[in-house]
Amino acid sequence: MTGTPLLSVERVAVDLPSARGNLRAVDQVDLSLDAGRTLGIVGESGCGKTMLSRAILQLLPKKARLSGRVMFDGQDLAHCNPETLRKLRARSLAVVFQDPMTSLNPVLTIGTQLIETLQAHLELDMIAAKKRSVDLLAAVGIPAPDQRLTQYPHQLSGGMRQRVAIAIALSCEPKLLIADEPTTALDVTIQAQILDLLAREQKRRHMAMIIITYDLGVVAGRTDEVAVMYAGRLVERAPTQALFKQMHMPYTEALLAAIPKLETAPHTPLPAISGRPPDPTRPTKGCSFAPRCRYSAGRCESEKPPLVPAETSAHQFACFHPIKIAAGVGA
Amino acid sequence: MATLELTLGEDVQAQPAQRGRRLGPLFWAAIGWVVFVFAAAVFADMLPLPSPTDMDMLARRAPFSAEHWLGTDGLGRDELSRLVYGARVSLVVGLCAPVIGFVLGGGLGLLAGYFRGQFETLVVGSMDVLLAFPPLIFALAVTAFLGQSIMNLTCILGVLSIPAFMRVARAATLTLARREFVIAAQALGATHARILIRELLPNVALPLLAYFLLVVAVIILVEGSLAFLGLGVPPPIPSWGSMIGEGRESLDVAPRLAFIPAIAMFLTVLSFNLVGDTLRAITDPRQGAL
Amino acid sequence: MKQQVATSPLLEVKNLVVEYVVGNKIVHAVSDVSLEIARGETLGLVGESGCGKSTLGRAVLQLRPAQSGKVLFDGADLTSMRGEALRKMRRRVQLIFQDPIASLNPRRRIGDIIAEPLVIAGYKDANKRRELVREVLGAVGLDPALVVDRLPHEFSGGQCQRICIARALVLNPEFIICDEPVSALDVSIRAQILNLLEEMKTRFRLTLLFIAHDLAVVKAVSDRVAVMYLGRICEVGPSEQLFAKPAHPYTALLIEAIPVPDPDVRPAESVPVGEPPSPIAPPSGCRFRTRCPRADRRCAEDVPELRPIAAGKYVACHHPLT
Repeated sequence: MTGTPLLSVERVAVDLPSARGNLRAVDQVDLSLDAGRTLGIVGESGCGKTMLSRAILQLLPKKARLSGRVMFDGQDLAHCNPETLRKLRARSLAVVFQDPMTSLNPVLTIGTQLIETLQAHLELDMIAAKKRSVDLLAAVGIPAPDQRLTQYPHQLSGGMRQRVAIAIALSCEPKLLIADEPTTALDVTIQAQILDLLAREQKRRHMAMIIITYDLGVVAGRTDEVAVMYAGRLVERAPTQALFKQMHMPYTEALLAAIPKLETAPHTPLPAISGRPPDPTRPTKGCSFAPRCRYSAGRCESEKPPLVPAETSAHQFACFHPIKIAAGVGA
Repeated sequence: MATLELTLGEDVQAQPAQRGRRLGPLFWAAIGWVVFVFAAAVFADMLPLPSPTDMDMLARRAPFSAEHWLGTDGLGRDELSRLVYGARVSLVVGLCAPVIGFVLGGGLGLLAGYFRGQFETLVVGSMDVLLAFPPLIFALAVTAFLGQSIMNLTCILGVLSIPAFMRVARAATLTLARREFVIAAQALGATHARILIRELLPNVALPLLAYFLLVVAVIILVEGSLAFLGLGVPPPIPSWGSMIGEGRESLDVAPRLAFIPAIAMFLTVLSFNLVGDTLRAITDPRQGAL
Repeated sequence: MKQQVATSPLLEVKNLVVEYVVGNKIVHAVSDVSLEIARGETLGLVGESGCGKSTLGRAVLQLRPAQSGKVLFDGADLTSMRGEALRKMRRRVQLIFQDPIASLNPRRRIGDIIAEPLVIAGYKDANKRRELVREVLGAVGLDPALVVDRLPHEFSGGQCQRICIARALVLNPEFIICDEPVSALDVSIRAQILNLLEEMKTRFRLTLLFIAHDLAVVKAVSDRVAVMYLGRICEVGPSEQLFAKPAHPYTALLIEAIPVPDPDVRPAESVPVGEPPSPIAPPSGCRFRTRCPRADRRCAEDVPELRPIAAGKYVACHHPLT
């Protein structure tokens, strides 16, 4: 790791007051990301991964309270003035959401949405912005880009809309792109295309990227580092290769095992994780995964396991009874 | 091995706390006023009030006194008594007319939204025609033909409220009829009648009821306006609208004669609006989207 | 489970065509689809969005009108049945949906929801109904006492799906169509529900049509798999063989596109093969030809028929792989 990372999330916690009490959506998360690298954040619904991305982008709901620091390019995003934040957005920070139908304005044409962004942040004139928009649409693989400028989002397919959303995100050459479940709503053949597109553009622009997903398959081939979240906390973090070679936190292993694989024979019972994800308004004293974990013992119920390093400092996990043998060999 | 959901009980109990917080003091004040007006109207005969039609020509436009708590109007009639009896008219018309709209309009909307096709086009088209009718002309025509009475007034306003209820019911049905639980009922072999009554109606009825209260507020206002124009219930039956109309002549001398019934109407309409709005917010089919 | 040629299939779909009108255009959702499902087997139906698999499922149950074709259930022609006869048939065939929470009436209690099929079927005795409801709730792993008086919004997605499965099972049907039953659920819950379905299948001796877009999920529960593209069946065959040696180029494309959770497997640089065409104006001939690397003139002119290429394997392609 050379020099300071581009993004550094330091002890970030997000609290949401709700009718049922305080909801700790994100609990003391530390992350860092260098320029040009890809981080995958993996977890199921309710684990806090989306809240974390909102915290980084400073797009939290009004009622939310953020503590900790979000250092981006030397600035603390959580404590800088709105004008600085606005300039950083789109110029340096960009985001692609899950559902392009709701992230694109349905009553504006594609062209308007692209050109608006370019004009606002790069201060281009209309002709330059238009040309740039056509180039961008072509770069993301949309056929007949000049015709698309006058079309509306509903006239395009889901995959196309997501490409447009990516074009808008990339339009101002951001340093960091956060993709929040970018392919969950898409078919598997389109998913592969979109992920390839993101990888290509990232290499070209030497951009840092965060991919948020529930699918370990998506992060396996396309990220440098993976962080696994459960109930608002980071439970394991490692360079991708190292993680899949040896998972330490039982949740990560269970998550991997629960995915049906194409190689397994039909009618083989799947190793399911019993129980349900925890209720965020009723935090437990001990490890949040303990009620569902087959390795849990006394200490797990009373203490929250801290994040400790494994063989290398790059690989960290939060568990009192980590898995020591490679996945597949253990019972 | 299917896993048993043994931790169910504790999680599920956490739910009920949510609802209570939404009903603030304003809501309860509104409910209080409505109940108060209701009680006054219902028990008007039992209250120690002078008759609303007794004229005392010697005490016209009298100020507040121990005998006449709110004074008297231009013809010496007790203002408070007229106010209380006037509430009856407002409430009867205000509550009964929307019932006609609710039943007929809601029913038509439910059927139109469920069966779609030509039936729906027919229903929506005829509602559009009804809406296009200038309501005041309609009211004038009916009262001219059939005479002024509470019954006729209620029917006129009831019929005029049908299109709005139809729209609300149809909109709610359209979104619900495509949800999977309706298809599930069809897949089980339920008859149309069963689906309409057991699946759709309970879901449509709640937003419709919330809307009902808002319509009550509107109808009270409309009745007041019609009475003001002389098209409402005939004198000497007191009505808030006609009281305002009569008070118009005394505005320079005794403005309270117009303002007192106006304030009563304002508070009642406001209360129904508040209650209706709050209920609408609570019964939002957001729950179905959880 | 080997398919016996001798025993007649439980479900037969013959040349089913389903089209519907959107605006002034016709959507060719299902075009000339024929299928057979033997008693006791699970047929997986896989395809991406817009391929018509859900429409097919609904059309089989007569929840959507078919323009032509027949659906035979245990020999009886469902397409020509109406009214009471059709309603009686419905008790033997059930449906489980994708969105478990939307499949439950938000204003009815779980006990009522599960008892509903019994009421419709004419079970007059309330106690008997309650008992059956309790039994089936226990079978899907829920404690009846904790569940019966509550409303759907008090439960999670996985629990709601169990309730939907219970509702589908209460009449002891013979055949269940599962339309994307786990797609809306979390990964860790999916495995639970899939295991539950397998267990219920054995316990209640069911025949299943399992519709999904996730190949691995389909393979996990199916004996045979049918692959669908833009309203037509491309390939049918036993699960293991179909995925080990796909014959249709589309099947191969689907398999390649699956993200493998193994960092050493580099995702294949996907050839930009574009978007699936719209079912409003499907390509002539073979509908996959616009994205197929093996397409030629013949593919544009002749519609490939589903024909056998090995025991139990059928493919609709002029230039199959293998």
